[in-house]
Amino acid sequence: MKLKSILLLGIVLLAVVVSLWMILQQPRWTEEEIITLRNLWIGSLPALPPDPSNVFADDPQSALLGQKLFFDTRFSSSNQVSCATCHKPELMFTDGLPLSIGVGTTDRKSMTIIGTAYSPWQFWDGRKDSQWAQALAPLESVVEHGGTRMQYAHLIANHYQEEYEAIFGPLPDFSDPVRFPAIAGPVDDPDAQAAWEGMTSTDRDLVTQVFVNMGKAIAAYERLILPAPSRFDRYVEALLKNDEQTMKSAMTSDEVAGLKLFIGRADCIQCHNGPLLTNNDFHNTGVPTRAGLPLDNGRAMGVMKVLNDEFNCLSQWSDAEEMDCSELRFVVSEGEQLEAAFKPSTLRNIAETAPYMHAGQFATLEEVLRHYNHPPLSPAGHNELEPLGLTNREMAQIIAFLNTLSGGVDAPPELLKAPLNN
Amino acid sequence: MNKQKIPVIITAAITTIIIIIGFVLLMPVIGPRFLHPIMMGSEPLPANLDASSSRLSDDGLFQVSWSSDPTKVPLNQIHTWTLHVETPDGQPVENASVLVEGGMPQHGHGLPTNPQVTEYLGNGDYLVEGMRFQMTGFWEVKFVINSGEQSDSITFNVDIK
Repeated sequence: MKLKSILLLGIVLLAVVVSLWMILQQPRWTEEEIITLRNLWIGSLPALPPDPSNVFADDPQSALLGQKLFFDTRFSSSNQVSCATCHKPELMFTDGLPLSIGVGTTDRKSMTIIGTAYSPWQFWDGRKDSQWAQALAPLESVVEHGGTRMQYAHLIANHYQEEYEAIFGPLPDFSDPVRFPAIAGPVDDPDAQAAWEGMTSTDRDLVTQVFVNMGKAIAAYERLILPAPSRFDRYVEALLKNDEQTMKSAMTSDEVAGLKLFIGRADCIQCHNGPLLTNNDFHNTGVPTRAGLPLDNGRAMGVMKVLNDEFNCLSQWSDAEEMDCSELRFVVSEGEQLEAAFKPSTLRNIAETAPYMHAGQFATLEEVLRHYNHPPLSPAGHNELEPLGLTNREMAQIIAFLNTLSGGVDAPPELLKAPLNN
Repeated sequence: MNKQKIPVIITAAITTIIIIIGFVLLMPVIGPRFLHPIMMGSEPLPANLDASSSRLSDDGLFQVSWSSDPTKVPLNQIHTWTLHVETPDGQPVENASVLVEGGMPQHGHGLPTNPQVTEYLGNGDYLVEGMRFQMTGFWEVKFVINSGEQSDSITFNVDIK
């Protein structure tokens, strides 16, 4: 009897010790996992891809003008909204709101600009196929900047003529108020639209050309906003060099355990892969419709919009040759997989860019993880997710790992604020 | 109560406690993935997968091979392939019509793009534009080749890392 008790006590102790040892031990990485980690590492980010649709993309003068336009609130119907209203440099170029607010309230959360030069599709639904085409959409949205391209062309003539002409050549003379009214454009406002339709098509093209060039300048600026290395990158770099000391100082054992789950059982890397931790494709993850908003069918509508977009890669306003527009030419334009599908966010700086999802449905990463752990039916189409069966502790570890992806912006500090002589 | 039964009951109780404690302590390590098959995570690659880039078509009509530009098939990047089609005795198959299909059989989804053969390059070579893979893992890429009276298809297995 006594011997039995001692034996049992021994077994209990052994179980406790083995369990603790397994919990505390840092996981080792397999060869396969190391390849995966190297692919996520910022060192694997290729050189900035060219934008053949924008010949001014890499012109420093164009980027400087773009920066001024990005922060200039005169380019709005209220004189109070600029691109930086919803893309604040101090909030990783997002706005911290579930639904962005310009002159009105939008039905989407603002996406970060960091690293978007690498994405073939812009917006949550990919309804634009270049940074410059993206930059123009909010300018004419009735709830964002609320203005018109005619109004903006006048502003360029009044405030930026010299800089504009140095880059794009002579600005047309917009001084005749009969030919060029104060406000006109293909927008929702009926008066502005009527004024636009009253103009000759030649005059409309003169105005649109200026508007397009504004977008190309803004894109030249946005191309320079890139992600900076984070603790995760330091960890992977150390791993590739077999430097265990730096690995230990870069990430805690919980964060490493979270990373292991991220690339393993939780299967996050199906969509959050590559050095920007997004595959820039479109996926239905069953995110619920936000209360008060209509059903958002995401990519299904977005692909139709981009195919018919007046500013897409194949349009007369694009500088690209047809062969440069592969993404658009070979896009999947129909099928159930497009229903309620949205672009996965980059996870770089994700802990700094709450709330989450296309309409800010989740306030915290805890809510996001709970959603992925028990995916609901999708409001439309088919939810691609499967239950993960993660414990609370495992979800906390994944969140701990996500926090190691905060590295901020890799851009000179003068690019992260309004230029002085604005 | 029969006194002889007490040690048995105690032993049983202690054993139960050990199992429960052991399980609770091990849960954070192993997780509940062994409780249900759908929690097992993604499936491994099928065994003996033929991942060669040159193969005889299903009915043996064509010898087909592909190469990618860049040479290593990239992740998340649109790129082109060149498909080479010849007869089993090595004669290039000219001006065939070729359809491209594919997907991830283990995930049940198709290609993220709609690739097409856009040009016959001569010498049995065909330009395939619009290839893109947005996930790592095992993909199938199928070509349906029609040349005159002859029609055959070939499915290549591609492991994207």
